[in-house]
Amino acid sequence: MSSVNLDQSLNTSGAVATHVAEHHDEAGNSMFGFIVFLLSESVIFLSFFTGYIVYKTTALDWLPAGVEGLEVREPFINTVVLVSSSFVIYIAERYLHKENLWGFRLFWLLTMAMGSYFLYGQAVEWAGLPFSFTDGLFGGTFYLLTGFHGLHVMTGVLLQGIMLAKSFIPGNYDNGEVGVAATSLFWHFVDVIWIILFILIYVWQ
Amino acid sequence: MTELSVEALSPQREQPVPGEPENWRRFFSFSTDHKVIGIQYIVTAFVFFLIGGFLAMVMRGELVTPAADLIDRTVYNAMFTMHGTIMLFMWTFPVLNGLANYVVPLQIGARDMAFPRLNAVAFWLVPVFGTILMASFLVPGGPSQSGWWAYPPVSLQNPAGHLINGQALWILAVALSGVSSIMGAVNIVTTIVRMRAPGMTFFKMPVFCWTVMAAQTIQLFGLPALTAGAVMLLFDLTVGTSFFNPELGGDPVLYQHFFWFYSHPAVYVIILPVFGVFSELFPVYSRKPLFGYHVVAISSFIITGLSAIVWVHHMFASGTPGWMRMLFMATTMLISVPTGIKIFAWVATIWGGKLRLDTPMLFALGGLLNFLFAGITGIMLAAVPFDIHVNNTYFVVGHFHYVIYGAAVMGIYAAIYHWFPKMTGRMYYEGLGKLHFVLTFIGVNLNFLPMHPLGLQGMPRRVASYDPEFAFWNVLASIGAFLLGVSTLPFLLNMISSWIQGPKASANPWRAIGLEWMVASPPPHENFDVIPTIVSEPYGYGKDEPLVASPMLSTELASELS
Repeated sequence: MSSVNLDQSLNTSGAVATHVAEHHDEAGNSMFGFIVFLLSESVIFLSFFTGYIVYKTTALDWLPAGVEGLEVREPFINTVVLVSSSFVIYIAERYLHKENLWGFRLFWLLTMAMGSYFLYGQAVEWAGLPFSFTDGLFGGTFYLLTGFHGLHVMTGVLLQGIMLAKSFIPGNYDNGEVGVAATSLFWHFVDVIWIILFILIYVWQ
Repeated sequence: MTELSVEALSPQREQPVPGEPENWRRFFSFSTDHKVIGIQYIVTAFVFFLIGGFLAMVMRGELVTPAADLIDRTVYNAMFTMHGTIMLFMWTFPVLNGLANYVVPLQIGARDMAFPRLNAVAFWLVPVFGTILMASFLVPGGPSQSGWWAYPPVSLQNPAGHLINGQALWILAVALSGVSSIMGAVNIVTTIVRMRAPGMTFFKMPVFCWTVMAAQTIQLFGLPALTAGAVMLLFDLTVGTSFFNPELGGDPVLYQHFFWFYSHPAVYVIILPVFGVFSELFPVYSRKPLFGYHVVAISSFIITGLSAIVWVHHMFASGTPGWMRMLFMATTMLISVPTGIKIFAWVATIWGGKLRLDTPMLFALGGLLNFLFAGITGIMLAAVPFDIHVNNTYFVVGHFHYVIYGAAVMGIYAAIYHWFPKMTGRMYYEGLGKLHFVLTFIGVNLNFLPMHPLGLQGMPRRVASYDPEFAFWNVLASIGAFLLGVSTLPFLLNMISSWIQGPKASANPWRAIGLEWMVASPPPHENFDVIPTIVSEPYGYGKDEPLVASPMLSTELASELS
């Protein structure tokens, strides 16, 4: 038992080796912490989704008076744009791996544009709806879910803006950048949440 | 990635105000040192503990006589609401975060937490949301009166009619507390998973770290549910949505589900680290290895898992369907199995040991005894028929105060005394410590034991007046409450005077085995000169095996052995 452990200790003898290992780990720590945070964040969405399902299946007056349902066509276009942007951001990340900074910036900017288009589409939809958040449980949950998700999209676009700006610092992204990987992961997360949300709100009417 | 410049070897964690270990001003700075933050947490939380305790004494003062004659009924409502909220969100969570902050990096052989700046932000949110909650005493209509669980529709009443009202401030404070707790949880979990010293596998990690990780995992998956419920409640209260408002077709019971999905596991967030404290202390003061170390460690995570599926036992009387009651009764009783395993292991650790009844050990033993009693009434409450009988009575109040004060607070005291020499480099005064223990132990039992007969006889909780037939037990309970108030005085005197002029403590005054006892008291900045390599399980009392390998000698030792 103890001899095995002594063998392990041989790998990291000396203070210098330990210091190197520690610093090497910092990016890994950040990514690990961020994943833990995203898992936690997903529980908020899970709670809202659960609330939505409970309300939809039990409420006596689900749709507000005079409301037939939601228009699906425009939100579907929005969905396609957002889901595609997840692939675009992946391409941007690949370019960064190949140390092609301009390719990264181009596709990163395209992702930001697609995210912004999604937000714009969401705003247009909200402006045209015949009900507000005070119109019963449907109104409340609709605005809560889309609003909370929209807030995440906005956060994602802002993070992307920051990462884009940081790419102009010379040599900054030479060894990869944990912020880029985290932002990209966040974007995929926002995407997956939207797919569930779209199915719950628009498909299941 | 592996290309490392020379620059990368220089210390990366900048300390804005590192401060000398003797410089008290560092405790008022935005320090990123986990030891400073740990003490900041503990001291701040204790201030709130005194405030919450003062509110409790006002309530017990009211309950000395059957009539509501000391304070107005609405004030009484505000008192118990604020008492519960402060004690949970501003005392137990922060003080345990403080202990975890101080002890965990030392125990796992890390120089600091994984994210020192996030750590500091998480701490500084505590005074912020504490101030917000305290400010609710000043707004028109006073603080929230809906109890610490803020059930709608009571919490949606807003009698003062202002947008800024006690309830809105309450929700804001709880939400910010949630943000702080999530930051803390992400940090602590990352630290424990990724920053352990070489050789420290999970099964060489002290149980305190196990229980802290199990507790923080609960924060991560549970707290967001409360946040979701709080956001919806805030919208109902302020902008007129109808999520939980039955008048507008909302569902108030759904709020209860959101609330208890987190707030039941929250008691495990509190009690698990205290289990860790027990597991640390009993071996030290019994001079024996922890009995069943692996099982005790794993049972922490079994509790974490089960805690996610027991919350409906708070809602047996909320129109819950029969099948759900049965299901949650079974899961609730099931959770006593891993808990019982721990109690068994502690008793087996103490059994036949060479006991040293210093103050930390006394508090741990007292806490264990109280916890056993709380566990028994807990099993009683898990049974649906019994629960419906005592629902909303003082029996429930007595039960959870035995858990929170009898076990958790006493465990926290035990931990503070145990690690006080490490944190301050000074010894506390044993006589004052023992006095503190006696007052606390008698106070807890005098205060909370009478609540059980009261509850069985049907005295409802949360009322300022009661039937004269309940007077006897209430007077006893009130005397106990004032005794608990008095018991903080020797503690404060002890802590302050020994920190200033107590006798110097050695690095290891308890002759304990553990990484935190191998560094100076108080530990230097960044804790370890050389990160140690762990070669054996913790709690090797009487085993005569080294805990760590000396990095210089390990090569020779290995060649000798082979």
